[in-house]
Amino acid sequence: MAHGPAKGIGRWLFTTNHKDIGTLYLWFSFAMFLLGGFFAMVIRAELFEPGMQIIKPEFFNQMTTMHGLVMVFGAIMPAFVGLANWMIPMMIGAPDMALPRMNNLSFWILPFAFALLASTLFMEGGAPNFGWTFYAPLSTTYAPDTVNYFIFGVHIMGASSIMGSINIIATVLNMRAPGMTLMKMPMFVWTWLITAFLLIAVMPVLAGAVTMMLMDINFGTSFFSAAGGGDPVLFQHVFWFFGHPEVYIIILPAFGVISHIVPTFSRKPLFGYSSMVYATASIAFLSFIVWAHHMFLVGMPIGGELYFMYATMLIAVPTAAKIFNWISTMFRGSMTFETPMLFAIAFIILFTIGGFTGLMMAIAPSDIQYHDSYFIVAHFHYVMVAGAVFSGTAAVYYWLPKWCGKMYDETMGKVQFWVSFVGFNIAFFPQHFLGLAGMPRRYADYALQFSDWNMISSVGAFIYGAAQLLFMFNVIRTIRSGTPVSEPKTWEGAEGLEWTLATPVPYHTFATPPEVK
Amino acid sequence: MSASPVRTTLVKLLFGAAGMFLFAVFVMPPLYDLFCEVTGIGGKTAGPYQVTEAGVDTTRTVKVQFIATNNGAMPWDFSPKVHEVVVHPGAPTEVAFYAKNRTSRDMVAQAIPSLTPFNATEYFHKTECFCFNQQPLEAGKETDMPLVFIVDKDLPRSVKTITLSYTLFDVTGRTTDATDSSNYKEPFALLN
Repeated sequence: MAHGPAKGIGRWLFTTNHKDIGTLYLWFSFAMFLLGGFFAMVIRAELFEPGMQIIKPEFFNQMTTMHGLVMVFGAIMPAFVGLANWMIPMMIGAPDMALPRMNNLSFWILPFAFALLASTLFMEGGAPNFGWTFYAPLSTTYAPDTVNYFIFGVHIMGASSIMGSINIIATVLNMRAPGMTLMKMPMFVWTWLITAFLLIAVMPVLAGAVTMMLMDINFGTSFFSAAGGGDPVLFQHVFWFFGHPEVYIIILPAFGVISHIVPTFSRKPLFGYSSMVYATASIAFLSFIVWAHHMFLVGMPIGGELYFMYATMLIAVPTAAKIFNWISTMFRGSMTFETPMLFAIAFIILFTIGGFTGLMMAIAPSDIQYHDSYFIVAHFHYVMVAGAVFSGTAAVYYWLPKWCGKMYDETMGKVQFWVSFVGFNIAFFPQHFLGLAGMPRRYADYALQFSDWNMISSVGAFIYGAAQLLFMFNVIRTIRSGTPVSEPKTWEGAEGLEWTLATPVPYHTFATPPEVK
Repeated sequence: MSASPVRTTLVKLLFGAAGMFLFAVFVMPPLYDLFCEVTGIGGKTAGPYQVTEAGVDTTRTVKVQFIATNNGAMPWDFSPKVHEVVVHPGAPTEVAFYAKNRTSRDMVAQAIPSLTPFNATEYFHKTECFCFNQQPLEAGKETDMPLVFIVDKDLPRSVKTITLSYTLFDVTGRTTDATDSSNYKEPFALLN
């Protein structure tokens, strides 16, 4: 039975191996990360100085839209699906995912979705320019014709996410090793199980939103058109009913990764495992009932504002439980600070900052000042970049030696961490000041008093961007010529079934399920 | 490890995903509409009103203000003939809006109402309104469009001023026939 991977390109096109598909997802997401990062560099270059220097305002709008869409749907989400593919079967002692052929399909439709989306950049009328939240009627009545490519792109990536999620749930529920009860599952598996349910609940809602857009644009319906009796505010409700769970879809698997790395490098078991599980489930539940905190300025009645304000603040409770559990895990642990741990600790600190600014915006009366300003841009980059991307980077450094049997360059990893950390904070911390001072988001130009902080922010963004090239270099160098490692545990404090396997991990693992005590 | 438990999970989840899609397209819009209608939050006034009881409450007056706005690049002149009237609850009042098609082509417009404060929405009745129908207007022509309304006697006493706003949309070439308050009939009519 033991046979290795097929030869040539066919290995990757027709593979049903969870490790191969995980690798495909990770490389695809890194490619999208570079593409979205390039868009971000264009944005920051234009905002380096007031006035229009490099690009036209119309193109600037396309850049902000494409940056958001590519990063959220192309970079972060596939990165965590890739990690799930690689790690979940190994963590629960399964030989592969439950539905391997669907796994192949769910990956291979993704490049087509983003090819559709990216091709609009070269079309007449330009790429979508209505922001990643694509509010109607800007995205319907006033949209460029390429909006249809965007809609079909979203449909395809939605189908991909749903298939990926079904696969993860089917795997986790049916293929755990004997003895592994739900409450013995590793945290990464738990967070992904919950995330997958969130995805199945809300990705169809996103598909519904874009379908209604498609009908409004092409078939004369009026879901979101006031002229025909519809309501543009309905779009925002439907979108954020998807959009709020979406941000937890992005961050919950990141929580899972951190819950593995922190115990490993603290050489202590995770503090409060079951509270971590319940906190994750609570966050997932609450994510469905707080969506309108994105819409405090649409003219809600005061009762609605109060409800969404308090419900949103409630989310801080389970989230804080997780933060305190990580801190308690580190407390009096015998800690070392290898690259994954540095990223994990930075995640905890910076995600907490992002969480606090989130609480500030949850306060409906003060949100009037922050709404659609650079303050919100700073907030969600603290949770998306310092949250999801830092955690993804930590995960790659943490598991890369296990995957390929070669050690990355620790010095280069640490350099990448410090350059990323400093660059990130230089780029995004000043955006809090800009937002509080009144600089609105999504504009290609700004008033003169915002010049200094914008210049500093752009410099930080370039530094952060450069650090990601170093990351790519370090990973490729590791795969090609890293120092070979062979002990099952790359990290002495690591626990879990995946660390009982040989290093590098064989192509097929757990053909016979392990016994879990 | 037989395939059937996996298949059961797969089928359940596929149904779940399909159900959420149908929920988004077929349940959320009518639900939103119903919610707005019940609470009056959207400020959308109802369709033609049948007078059920006569009688005027002369003990108090309510100021009704009118606002006319053109949506986007709508090129018509559009304004209320009177900008505000003071009425007794229960008394039918007729006002008119002026519209002129300044272009050289025949056009069709649709006026969409919005009323504030929203807790007055359900107490503002229109027996006749130009917004109930689309308004065709030939090139260069002008017209006065009538509105007859009654402020309900049950209007909360805290409401002293009602502002009624109309936004005029260009619907030339749109085949759909919009009427206020029946918002989602057309999307579904198309699907049926």
